Amino acid sequence: MLHFLNQAPQPAEGFTIAKVSRRGFLKVSGAGLALAGFATTAEAFPRWPHGGHAMPHGVRTDPLVFVRVDPDGTVTLVAHRSEMGTGSRTSLPMIMADEMEADWTRVVIEQAPGDEPKYGNQDTDGSRSLRHHIQMARQIGASVRHMLAHAAAAEWGVPAGEVAVEAHMVRHGSHEAGFGDLAEAAMALPVPAFEDLAFKSPSDFRYIGKGKVQITDLRDITTGAAVYGADVMLDGMQVAVVARPPVVGGKVKSFDDTAARAVPGVSAVVELPHSIPPAGFAPLGGIAVVASNTWAAMKGRDALQIEWDGGPHAGYDTQAFLAEMVATAEQPADTVFRNQGDVDAAFAEAARTFGQTYTQAHMAHAPMEPPVALASVTAEGAEIWAPVQSPYACRTDVAKALEIDPAQVKVNVTLLGGGFGRKSKHDFAIEAALVSKAVGTPVRVQWTREDDIRHSFMHTVSAERIDVALDGEGKVTAWRHNSVAPSILSTFAPDGGHQFFIEQGMGHVDMPFDIPNVRCENGAALAHTRIGWYRSVSNVPRAWAVGSFVGELAHELGRDEKQMWLDLIGAPRVVDPVAEGYPEDFWDYGEPYQAFPIDTGRLANVLDMAADAIGWGREMPEGEGLGLCVHRSFVSYVACAAHVRVVDGTIRVPEMHFAIDAGFIANPERVESQLQGAAVMGMTLALHSGIHYEAGAVVESNFHDYEMVRADNYPENVHVHMVPHGFGVHSTGVGEPGVPPVAPAIANALFKATGQRKRALPMGAQV
Amino acid sequence: MATQLRINGKDVEVTAPPDTPLLWVLRDEIGLTGTKFGCGVASCGACTVHVDGEPTRSCVLPVEAVAGAEITTIDAVNGTVAEAVQKAWRELDVVQCGYCQSGQIMSAIGLLSQNPSPTDQDIDDAMSGNACRCATYHRIRAAIHRAADTLEG
Repeated sequence: MLHFLNQAPQPAEGFTIAKVSRRGFLKVSGAGLALAGFATTAEAFPRWPHGGHAMPHGVRTDPLVFVRVDPDGTVTLVAHRSEMGTGSRTSLPMIMADEMEADWTRVVIEQAPGDEPKYGNQDTDGSRSLRHHIQMARQIGASVRHMLAHAAAAEWGVPAGEVAVEAHMVRHGSHEAGFGDLAEAAMALPVPAFEDLAFKSPSDFRYIGKGKVQITDLRDITTGAAVYGADVMLDGMQVAVVARPPVVGGKVKSFDDTAARAVPGVSAVVELPHSIPPAGFAPLGGIAVVASNTWAAMKGRDALQIEWDGGPHAGYDTQAFLAEMVATAEQPADTVFRNQGDVDAAFAEAARTFGQTYTQAHMAHAPMEPPVALASVTAEGAEIWAPVQSPYACRTDVAKALEIDPAQVKVNVTLLGGGFGRKSKHDFAIEAALVSKAVGTPVRVQWTREDDIRHSFMHTVSAERIDVALDGEGKVTAWRHNSVAPSILSTFAPDGGHQFFIEQGMGHVDMPFDIPNVRCENGAALAHTRIGWYRSVSNVPRAWAVGSFVGELAHELGRDEKQMWLDLIGAPRVVDPVAEGYPEDFWDYGEPYQAFPIDTGRLANVLDMAADAIGWGREMPEGEGLGLCVHRSFVSYVACAAHVRVVDGTIRVPEMHFAIDAGFIANPERVESQLQGAAVMGMTLALHSGIHYEAGAVVESNFHDYEMVRADNYPENVHVHMVPHGFGVHSTGVGEPGVPPVAPAIANALFKATGQRKRALPMGAQV
Repeated sequence: MATQLRINGKDVEVTAPPDTPLLWVLRDEIGLTGTKFGCGVASCGACTVHVDGEPTRSCVLPVEAVAGAEITTIDAVNGTVAEAVQKAWRELDVVQCGYCQSGQIMSAIGLLSQNPSPTDQDIDDAMSGNACRCATYHRIRAAIHRAADTLEG
């Protein structure tokens, strides 16, 4: 999700949006050299500012880094982002190929190792791959096309502007050459400046926006040939399984490995250094059992006798902790992030007030592929093969753990069997490096499902209190939202007990309703486990609270739920964060606010679309109901309309509609699949996803007690409606923004179906 | 302690202890990595293989229990039903991360081998042991129907 400690908020000059029209930011690309058939207008490529350049190592646009054309015409395109199921490994090369006029059937994709100075930022999180690289991918494609045309022009002695590049061929009059014929000469030419490039007209796109290109690994996945983290084999490699401290910050007091060493196949037992929070991505420590195969390592671990020292968090009990957090949330907070108007006066003058508290339990990501990494550490350095979301940060951290130069470490990225934020934290790769170094052979560290669920970097636990003041006509005059949750920051720095700007920006201070008096507060809560980021991050508990509250308020006031949303959103406006009391370091997903402002017209529009699609307002049979939620996150607008039917006490979701405004959509087929996925993951977290601690340790262990929805009960008919936009409307996030509105839409629908209001996540599958 | 196995039509002798789950024998000893580890307790289906044609979770199946049986894995599964399923999976772009799909496909082939025209209910019943965290259930159901249509046609 976030490269937290490196990414600063965008500068405050973004806060004058009220006076500047959005079109003002659509800079013209400049009149370039007109290559035959290619437009050069701003419409073809309206360059827009984005936050990619503010990420560590920014965005690279050098075609020589990302493209190779071989004499046989094969075009190799580098994918520098990790593939965890969103399709970016296909979509970005697809955009390059389209702009280049390469034939997709002659494209080969090569995965980049972790090397940000070369490739630019590689943190595959935060729903940023397309958002930060769609322009870069077109620029690279256009650069190569330009170079091919110029190489042909030089060879044929004709003006480059008259050379046509189309479908892997270059032509002028009677001259004709394939990409391969021109490869050597073209790739030796100077890389053209952006201003000299010509871009395709969107009407000429072959692949972009069509949704017809299949993901590049599809065939291999369906035949078992695709390579994930555990599928790399090295000669002489061993497998390790690690017994980790049950309590974060705990350590080994003493251990007896006699029985473990007696297991046939076990070759070594290695004690790993324990980490003291805040430890970032450092491994937890514990005892690694190394064996010739996975099963022997597992049996060896089972045979270890370990006495643990629990450390300062050995008393962590989430039930008691959540009760404390609720009490904190229901008191005035000591910290205020957003203050607009005079909330206290509005409450004092209110005709009536209304408030509720919503909670969410910890969650573990539980990607289907548990954490796993292969490391080969020698005197020369280290090579890692791992499913990691941030391969360059992994490389840096492995070097640090081994006390060697990062130049001596190579991190190869395999396919990720799911990520959801878990694999941004590469503790498992560091473990593999440490064990390999200790035993002197390549070592794969394999996490079991129990390891994964118990030793995740947990999604935070939260209590969200919302109160409103109402006037005599039932109009909301003040909104007060106290959000209480241990912060992700506690994983990286001494715990101050408060949320930081990135968490504040995810559905708390950016509450978009048109209410004159608003206060967003943050009561303190200290972390007692490793807090990480999970798909959609703080947006999950915030949308849960705000979305459920709107449903409750509608009921309280006797209003239609959709009308309640529209009343709160108000007339279409572009939010002026200064006028509305946002914090000075307001974080708009790392984007320059002027280019990606909060536009409530777009918010209301997707709500309308989803509501219309599900037939909002229709009469529902007994035991059934419809519910809504709309939420902006990762600079996209997503509405969810859910149909809930209770069958024999079980919550079922026969139909769900999403409407998404994500700006220009490059690969609608993958947007649909991401939202189908969001429907199911959203229903899973609504009903099931709860991690609980007792005596400092996680209670749940595997899929029997940390369940997910299955083929026998999932949102069955999911329809995805995308707001159509041209290329100039900035592309925004897709992987994460679908998830937050799902649980509140289900809860609002469940209330209509049963009269039962759920305020705690997970709500359980039964009513 | 050698065990004689028949895997993907070939006789293989393996030396893993007899209580070793078939999954780890396939992956670690034989090097067939298409079959995936997901939970280790037969609760997610990522490790599904065919034992005498029946979809079976290999992560809890001691290798000694399948000596002499016909074991088929995703790496080599073939035949009319398998081809129809894999083709449908590709045509409908079923996968997201893809990790669970070996198991999903093996379960789907098992279902269609027994029941050439399954209803939605049949599919849900047969496939609910196969979890997918990316949540490709919609397209899996559609792909099974498509494969069934191909096989009928």
